[in-house]
Order: sequence, then structure tokens, then C-alpha cells
Amino acid sequence: MLKFIARRLVLGLITLAILLVIITLIPNIAPGDPARKIAGGTATPERLAQVNESLGLRDPVSTQLTNLGQSVFTLDFGESFSVAAGQPVMDLVFTALGNSAKLVALSLIIMVPLAILGGLVAAYKKDTWIDRTIVNTGLAFSSIPDFVAGVFLLAFLAVPFEFFKVQANAPPGSSILVQIQHLLLPAIAVLMVYFGYIARITRAGTITSLDADYTRTAFMRGLTTREVFRKHVARNALQPTVAVLGTQLGYLFGGMVALEIVFQYPGLGNLIIRAVDRADYPVLRAGVLTVAIIYMLATLAADLLIAWMNPRARLNIGEDA
Amino acid sequence: MTAFDPEAPETPHDPLDLHPASDEDGGAPQAATRKQVRKEQRMMLFKSPGFIIGVLIVGFWVLSAVWPSLLTTYGPDEFVDAPPRTGPSSEAWLGTDGVGRDVYTRIIYGARPILIVAPLATAIAIVMGTFLGLVMGYYRGWVDEILSRIIEAILSIPVILMAILVVFTFGRSRPVVIFTIAILFVPAITRTIRSAAIAESELDYVTSAKMRGESGVFIVSREILPNVTGLVVVELTVRLGYAVFTYATLAFLGLVGTNITTADWGIDVSQNYEQIVRDVWWPSIFPAMAIASLVIGVNLITDSIDKALKS
Repeated sequence: MLKFIARRLVLGLITLAILLVIITLIPNIAPGDPARKIAGGTATPERLAQVNESLGLRDPVSTQLTNLGQSVFTLDFGESFSVAAGQPVMDLVFTALGNSAKLVALSLIIMVPLAILGGLVAAYKKDTWIDRTIVNTGLAFSSIPDFVAGVFLLAFLAVPFEFFKVQANAPPGSSILVQIQHLLLPAIAVLMVYFGYIARITRAGTITSLDADYTRTAFMRGLTTREVFRKHVARNALQPTVAVLGTQLGYLFGGMVALEIVFQYPGLGNLIIRAVDRADYPVLRAGVLTVAIIYMLATLAADLLIAWMNPRARLNIGEDA
Repeated sequence: MTAFDPEAPETPHDPLDLHPASDEDGGAPQAATRKQVRKEQRMMLFKSPGFIIGVLIVGFWVLSAVWPSLLTTYGPDEFVDAPPRTGPSSEAWLGTDGVGRDVYTRIIYGARPILIVAPLATAIAIVMGTFLGLVMGYYRGWVDEILSRIIEAILSIPVILMAILVVFTFGRSRPVVIFTIAILFVPAITRTIRSAAIAESELDYVTSAKMRGESGVFIVSREILPNVTGLVVVELTVRLGYAVFTYATLAFLGLVGTNITTADWGIDVSQNYEQIVRDVWWPSIFPAMAIASLVIGVNLITDSIDKALKS
């Protein structure tokens, strides 16, 4: 197990290093003067100089790379350039990260049990109309962009029902329940987008698991359906679900940019868009890297969880990704 | 890669077949069988309701993109004979937007940008991804090892964030958006094709081609590629759906470089969604439904093709 964890960590660090190289290279390979493009054609020379400085584009690429690496490990990305001029970038990122975490937590609390239940039911009622309804509605919704789902929810829930709030951010000092009430619509949007995907993965895992020898043996030993599901099917069937949830966590934290805009929620995605609008490269870069690091930690956690659930997986994970 | 034809005669899968010309047990019947399978798959595809609905939806939007004046009499920037923010009526079927333009007309004209960007980006990505995947999967080695790590690193950031970062630094313009979506889709395609190529490389027909002394280029393009065509087609339609998704999101975020007055579904949603709370839902909900319908249409096609190939 220790060897497995070590190997998995090394792989994660390699990925992080490659990512730093890519993020350093992007502005350097952009044709023309990136500062001018970012600041706009009518920018004054002073503004251009400022942008250039914020990009650090005058240093050699190797210096830029070491600086970025240092920033990641010291959690110091300098000062914000225009989103909140003068404030440390990481202060902004951490505030936004906290907000995103609230939204992600509520979304997961609502979505995961429902999606797993949907998947289990669909697998148990395989090839009936119940199965088809779950799979097809899930599929239809999961292909819709998140902001489209959000806009539909605004029109069909927020406008007719006072209970649902248009703004996801509760007034400062609100109780937890009020905060949850405000976050409900974006969380439902996440449910719409992810239900079908997670349910489908769970369904597939459960069908495999129901067909397996150990399940037949368990039934033959005279265990009830409920016992078989709890002790034998679930443990094996949920491994793919855990893996997928791990890979989706990064997306939940940073990929819901447009959804956060629709509900005016000050999460990480929103911060990144504000950084784009005001050409604040330090904030943009730190935000994107934060999302990537969360993704890596989440997939790491998922791999460890799977290794714990199924000792056989310890041999495979990290071998050939 | 260019000289590839899905209908080209297949290499017999049995390298030890010593009676290639015989009609009873030779290579010819095998080729016919494969052709027959393909024909049956196609028949099944054309009969599946999902495929028909998908083609009708996508077909309607393609018609709108190619020939919008056939479907509407107004222009996209024209003010119609109804005041701004009028609900759906006989003058304006889907109502008018905040400045008095016809929502229906803007949706018809708005099909064009998304149907230029998404297919172009997907085509570029598929060509690059298939090429890389086949080469990496067949040759393996240290180049494959390094590229695999790079792919993993890129896949660790949500596509939309990476797109924002690239479009921001390269400047907002349509070519930049097309190439950004294309490049960002390459890793996922490469990974799928690579694992298929690895599996194929272990099969007898590749071994026998090697023993015949065929070149790597020949084996990859004439032996392995025809056998992963189905996967490439599925991957193509899957990515097309994602490209529509990604472009619509970038347009909503104002990152596609066109003017905010351009008829474009994502832009129209972003310009009008704030009026929903004032009960003016039609200028944003209808373009949002257009986006949803296009994605669902493409996905219906994807699913039917996938099912037909697996049958």
C-alpha cells in the first residue's frame, strides 16, 4: 500500500510539473505582443508596461518557470493587478475557493445519493421502462451546458416560486439554512448535469457486479436481496462511481464558470472570469492552477479509496494511466 | 492517413489462409461478410428513431446556418413591427428582444457561428488526435511515454478553463477559438485511439503484416486505421457535441471575439438572461433551447451510431 501511495504521488508531481511548463509557455508562444492583445488595441504605454510586468514576460522562460514553481509551493502568487488591485492573489483565490467548496459540497450531498440510487434502481430493473426512463432523461440533461440548465431553472423555478433565489450568494451573516436556500438552484443545475452521468456509471458497475460469481454465491447462501446489495454488490459496484467522482471534482470546482455567472456566485469560476475581463493575469493563472491541483488531489483520493475498497486495484492503478 | 477508404477491401484476418481466391472458404467471402455487416449496421442505424430525430434536428440547424433567408423574412439586426420585449405573437413568433429585434430570426441566423466553429474544430482535433493516437499506440517507446504524461496534465484542467486561458492570451478571434477548441480536444481523442491501437497491435493480423515486412506507415494507415474507423466515427460525434457545448459556453462568457450584436445563441443568452426575473424570458430561453436541441440532436446521432457499431 505504501509503495502504491508513493508511486501515485510521484505521478501526480510529474503531472503538476508538466502543467507548470504548459502554463508558462502559453503566453510566450502567443504571436505578437500578448500584453497588447490582453490590454486591447487602445491601451496606453503605461498600461502595456503594467500588463507586461504582471505577465512577467520580460524574464527568460526558465526564470518564469521557476518563479511559477516557487509560487505554487509557497502559495504566493504576488498581488492582484486589477480585480482587487494590491491585494494578495491567494487571498482572493482562497475566498473564492471557500465559496466554491460550499456550492460543491451542497451539490454533492444532493447529487451523489440520488444518482447512485438511480443507477442501482436502473440496474436492478434492467431493460424495463424504469431503467430506460432513468438512463434517457439523465442522458438528455447531462448533455446540456450548465449555464443553459441554469437559465432554465431561473425561468421555471426562480420566477414562479419565491422560495428559490436568483442570487446564489446569501446576504452576509445569513444562517446556514438561508445560505443553503440561496445555493439550491445552482446545486439543482449540477444535479441535472451530473445525474445521468453518475447514474450510468453506477448502473454499469452494478450490472457487472450482479452478474459476478460472488453475488450468485451470496444469493445461494440464502442472504436477502438487501444483504447481498449492501455487503457484496455495492462495495464492488461503486468503484467506478468513486473513480469518476474523483475526476469530476476538479470540474465542479472550476468548470462551472458560466453557472456561477448566471447565479452571480463569487466562486473560483467567477473569479477567473473577472480576472479575464480586467486582464488580471496573476489572478487568472493562480485560479487555473488551483483548479488543476484540486483535480489532482481528488483523483489521488479517489485512487486511494478504490485501492482500499479493492486490494486488486493496487496493482493496476498508476501502472499505465 | 489520406489514402484511407472505409470501403477498401480488407486484409484477411486469417494470415494462414492459403486459398485466397476460392469462393467457398477463402478471403473473398470474409471481405463480403464484413461488407455485409457494415450494410446491416447502416440499415439498423437508418431505422433507429434516435438517429432519425437527431438528423432532423441537426439538419434543421444546418439549413438555418446555410440559408437563413429561406426560413425568415426579417434580418438579424432588423427592428420588427412590435415594441421591444413583446411576448410571442403573430408579428414575432418567439417575441422580440430588449431592443425590438425578432427573437426567432436571431435564432435562425445564430446557428451559423456555432455550426462553423464546432465542426471545424472537431475535424481538426479528430485528424490530429487519430494520427497521434495511432502513432503512439503502435510505436510506443519513450515518445509515447512523454506525450501520455502531457496528455494527462492537460486533461487535469477543465477544458473550459484552459480555453479561457488560451483565448485570453492569444486574443479573442474566431480562428483562435477554433484552434483552441481543436487543440484542447486532441488529448482525449488521442487517449481513446491510442488504447484501441495498442489493443489492435497485439492482434495476429498486425503480427503477420510485420512478418510480411510491411512498413510501419503501411501497417498504421492500411491495417490498424480501418479497424478503428468505428471508434473514430463515434469519437468524432462525441467531440462534436462537446465542441457545440464549449463554443456556446465561450460565447456566453463573451470570449469568441465577435460583436455582442452578432446573432449567436450563447451571446444572445448572455445578453438577455438578466431579464428573466422581470418575466421577459423569451429572448434568452429560446436561444438556450436552441443550444440544448443542437447538443441533444448530435448526442442522439452519437448514441445510435455507437449502438449500431456494437450490435
